[in-house]
Amino acid sequence: MDALQQIINGLTLGSLYALIAIGYTMVYGILRLINFAHGDVLMVGCYLAWFGAVMFGLPWWAALMGSMALTALLGVLIDQGAYRPLRQAPRISALITAIGVSFLLENLGLVVFGGRPKAFERPEIFNQILQWGDLRVLSLSLWVPVITALILAGLLLIIHRTRLGMAMRALSRDMVTVQLMGIDTNRVVAATFALGSALAAAGGIFWAMKYPQINPLMGVLPGLKAFVAAVLGGIGNVTGALLGGLVLGMSEILLVAWLPELAGYRDALAFVLLIGILIFRPTGIMGEELPE
Amino acid sequence: MSRISRWFDPGPLPAQSESRGRDSGLTILGCLGLAALLWLIQAQGGGYVVHMTTLAGLFAVLAVSYNLINGVTGQFSLEPNAFVACGAYVTALLTLSPAEKEMTFILEPLIWPFAVISLSLPVALVIAGLVTTLMAFVMGFPVFRVRGDYLAIVTLGFGEVIRVIANNAQSVTNGPLGLKGIPHLTNIWWAWGLAAVTLFVVMRLVNSSYGRALKAIREDEVAAEAMGINAFWHKMLAFTVSAFFEGVAGGLLGHLITTISPSLFTFFLTFNLLIIIVVGGLGSTTGAVLAAVLFTFGGEWLRVVEEPLDLFGLDIPGIPGMRMVVFSLILMACMIFARQGILGKHEFSWRWLIALARRRGGRA
Repeated sequence: MDALQQIINGLTLGSLYALIAIGYTMVYGILRLINFAHGDVLMVGCYLAWFGAVMFGLPWWAALMGSMALTALLGVLIDQGAYRPLRQAPRISALITAIGVSFLLENLGLVVFGGRPKAFERPEIFNQILQWGDLRVLSLSLWVPVITALILAGLLLIIHRTRLGMAMRALSRDMVTVQLMGIDTNRVVAATFALGSALAAAGGIFWAMKYPQINPLMGVLPGLKAFVAAVLGGIGNVTGALLGGLVLGMSEILLVAWLPELAGYRDALAFVLLIGILIFRPTGIMGEELPE
Repeated sequence: MSRISRWFDPGPLPAQSESRGRDSGLTILGCLGLAALLWLIQAQGGGYVVHMTTLAGLFAVLAVSYNLINGVTGQFSLEPNAFVACGAYVTALLTLSPAEKEMTFILEPLIWPFAVISLSLPVALVIAGLVTTLMAFVMGFPVFRVRGDYLAIVTLGFGEVIRVIANNAQSVTNGPLGLKGIPHLTNIWWAWGLAAVTLFVVMRLVNSSYGRALKAIREDEVAAEAMGINAFWHKMLAFTVSAFFEGVAGGLLGHLITTISPSLFTFFLTFNLLIIIVVGGLGSTTGAVLAAVLFTFGGEWLRVVEEPLDLFGLDIPGIPGMRMVVFSLILMACMIFARQGILGKHEFSWRWLIALARRRGGRA
């Protein structure tokens, strides 16, 4: 029973990492840019949902949808304001700018929202305790993998069955050629940022429901770990991001379950895994060729 | 080329051989002048000014050594907080008196070798530098297997791992509580003395054949390897040299602020150093020093934005935290509009200054 409990926990955490990792992997696949600000976009998404639910009294699904839409807009704005001027610049310049955007969002968050954590209420549907024998599970833990699977299915449909998705896949192969074929690459990149940021908002909101509180620095660690998950799964690959997220989530939960005395080192595990994967299989699980 | 660096561009410089004697003389004069200025600050300035000047010296050391790996060698890494933390902890553990340690480590006693020894600051600093170098050496093997932004994220990961270890290895680091009561031994002379040594060593390194190899790796690694440069060991050289000085500076930092804890050595520290080297010009050693001084004092000056302001009868309440917002904007603006920073990849030299003065003077 205990094992099953751990597996469910791992699945939930892994799905959350996966939702966030998808945004990283899509942007990286197209622009070859680690969007450092992704974790902080997630934080903004959580605050937007919080404002929606607490200030405007929206039902949870409306707050979620509204927050996803606004966060998508934020993603597009960040791309336009900070990354687009640097498309032709050396890649490291864009990376440094991304770090700047990340700190900007964090500190604006501290200034605007204040540093004190805010309680994030679980809606009724996610707050039930289900019990079978010894097994006690929060309904949220079961919903999260289901919702993640649905979102991922939708995303795969977009990527493989629509013109936009085709443009994205083409862009990740060769940006210049795609531009020459008459496709407005800026619009495709903007759509990528919008999709990725909306998913980050969704992941962040469920994350906030899991540990029911939010603060302006909450996005840093999930963001970094989700990037590791994206690399683990093979960067640029959406299914890989899901796999990487699940592997990372499972390993963290199992580390804490099997070796409780190492529980404090949990946050370091992701980076140890990252170093391991880069040494032994730099292409990740789903292995496409690695740039550079 | 950005407008800022164009302003600083003096056009073609005269050959170095023409003015070597004059330049050495000017350098010695400049050093003496700076020493006199430091002495004046030490003697006349208040405790606060002295503290800031000392801090500026340490930031100069950190920026110069960080720039060696990031700017000169072009390996964009994000780990200095790990090296500074390592240096600070090792030095503090070596210099604190056994009695003080017993008082600090209340949850779990300190492990054996550290619990009984108490060394003088210079010895402790050298040991801390060597330990940090060793750490960099071990880190270098996995780190330099990857390039580009993977290198950035792996080194960032190392920084996080070190912080997690500092938080959890209670019997060595005292966990989140950190170390208290470190003697306040760092003064202006320690900080700027180390800055001078660092600057000398790094400049000599950059201008040697090793330095040219490092720059070659930055510009085109494949071409450099084809010319017979062993990229891996050259990167390792830059990495370990930079780690040594960052470790020593970390030790001095600990003895300046007298209390260290893991929360002091987060990615935030690296971020500050990154702003410094970007503003100074990635790849410019003298630019790093300039920007470090500018950053330390500019940061103080920027406190204005956090204080209540009376603007034309309009009361604006102080906004705490606004300073970091401004810093982030500066970093972004610098990347988008003035990627060269103050000095670009160039170095400050007397030839450059005199040529610039002639050109600007001539036009005015």
